[in-house]
Amino acid sequence: MTRLRKAPPGVDPKLLIRDAAKLLPDPARRQFLRGAASLGALAVLTGCDIVDGPSAENALRVVSRFNDGAQALLFNPSKLAPTYPESAITRPFPFNAYYSEDEAPEVDAASYRLEVGGLVDDTKSWSLGELYALPQEKQITRHVCVEGWSAIGSWTGARLSDFLLRIGADTRAKYVWFRCAEGYSNTIDMPTALHPQTQMTFRFDNEILPVKYGFPMKIRIPTKLGFKNPKHVVAMHVTNKDLGGYWEDQGYNWFSGL
Amino acid sequence: MTSVATDRDRAWSPATAGGVIHPLWVRLTHWINAIAMVVMIGSGWQIYNASPLFGFTFPRGITLGGWLAGALLWHFAAMWLLVVNGMIYVMLGIATGRFRKKLFPIRPRQVVADLGAALALRLRHEDLSIYNAVQKLLYLGVILAGIVIVLSGLSIWKPIQLQELTALFGGYDAARYVHFFAMATIVGFLLVHILLAVIVPKSFRAMIVGR
Repeated sequence: MTRLRKAPPGVDPKLLIRDAAKLLPDPARRQFLRGAASLGALAVLTGCDIVDGPSAENALRVVSRFNDGAQALLFNPSKLAPTYPESAITRPFPFNAYYSEDEAPEVDAASYRLEVGGLVDDTKSWSLGELYALPQEKQITRHVCVEGWSAIGSWTGARLSDFLLRIGADTRAKYVWFRCAEGYSNTIDMPTALHPQTQMTFRFDNEILPVKYGFPMKIRIPTKLGFKNPKHVVAMHVTNKDLGGYWEDQGYNWFSGL
Repeated sequence: MTSVATDRDRAWSPATAGGVIHPLWVRLTHWINAIAMVVMIGSGWQIYNASPLFGFTFPRGITLGGWLAGALLWHFAAMWLLVVNGMIYVMLGIATGRFRKKLFPIRPRQVVADLGAALALRLRHEDLSIYNAVQKLLYLGVILAGIVIVLSGLSIWKPIQLQELTALFGGYDAARYVHFFAMATIVGFLLVHILLAVIVPKSFRAMIVGR
């Protein structure tokens, strides 16, 4: 006990001696290796078994659903995406899709009809001429890709919220679902659909929307990641059922708000 | 405590009670943070690979998530663990006075002296409860890097809802670089931190059993 009193506070003299004598195996060292082994095991498991295993994937999807709720709470319907001057536009604006540029679907302008359905009063289809006649406005905003890169573009079109009112949509419904010419789809939340910058886009950089950017109509949603901005849109449904989407169904976060 | 304290007094004194170096809350938050950090860094590397900022990518074998969607699921799940645990740690660190006692003051001259001793492998670790100046600087630095990585991460995640914060980092694209360098700082710290835990095993023991 007298020896203990001389030792500096906080030090176990027995361990100090072991350290000094470099005695191995040291219990702490063994403990470290066990710790390292379990960390390594964690890395291996998470890299293979857990990540591919249905239980972990289910758990991660539950958290992703929770994150949808958190993002919906964080979403301020009147907060606008920052806008930029013409000089800030990224040229050339990157093409990005799950197909290559020459595989982008060709939609015939003359026979195109936007199908409208679900919880709306007026389910008549819209020709391109009728859509072009809607009041339009231009926005220069940042497109943020889920991959991390971003680019600033110029989009011109009609406010989706105006269009939803025009067709007598039930804006108390939870979702708006979009289907694209080649089969892509997205479901978005109603507050985002009603956001003042959510746009039915007909022009990019003042020109009629080129095929690669989604001719004849893209839904431009600056408050969501790029993959939630569907191109070549041919149908729109107002619904209370989440109909999912191309990437969302494969594990990308559903809300994907910015 | 008086200078004539008996063994019995010492045994009852809270300062030396059981010779605890790291109270339970420090050890718990430390290891929860370690798990959260491993997941955040591993998944973050996979996310980085989808759109690299520099001319390199991270080897797949050391990343987490398998592909971009999987990595994002891990990243945005572990972020809650990292942030909630980190907030508890910082609040208790301030409230209990541990930060003030352990990390301050940091005197530049002492840092230089201790750094020289450390590089010459002459820095002593008799008393694990007292940090040398280099340790103080590194621990304070990694706490600050932790705060920066969370704030820059929020800027990237919510560049519209939190656009004022994103602007503080110089915009969305700049915030990605800040986030990357904060990660690099933390990984650099981890390499030194783990190496030293191996060299001074009793410090590792202390973070598990407390003393």
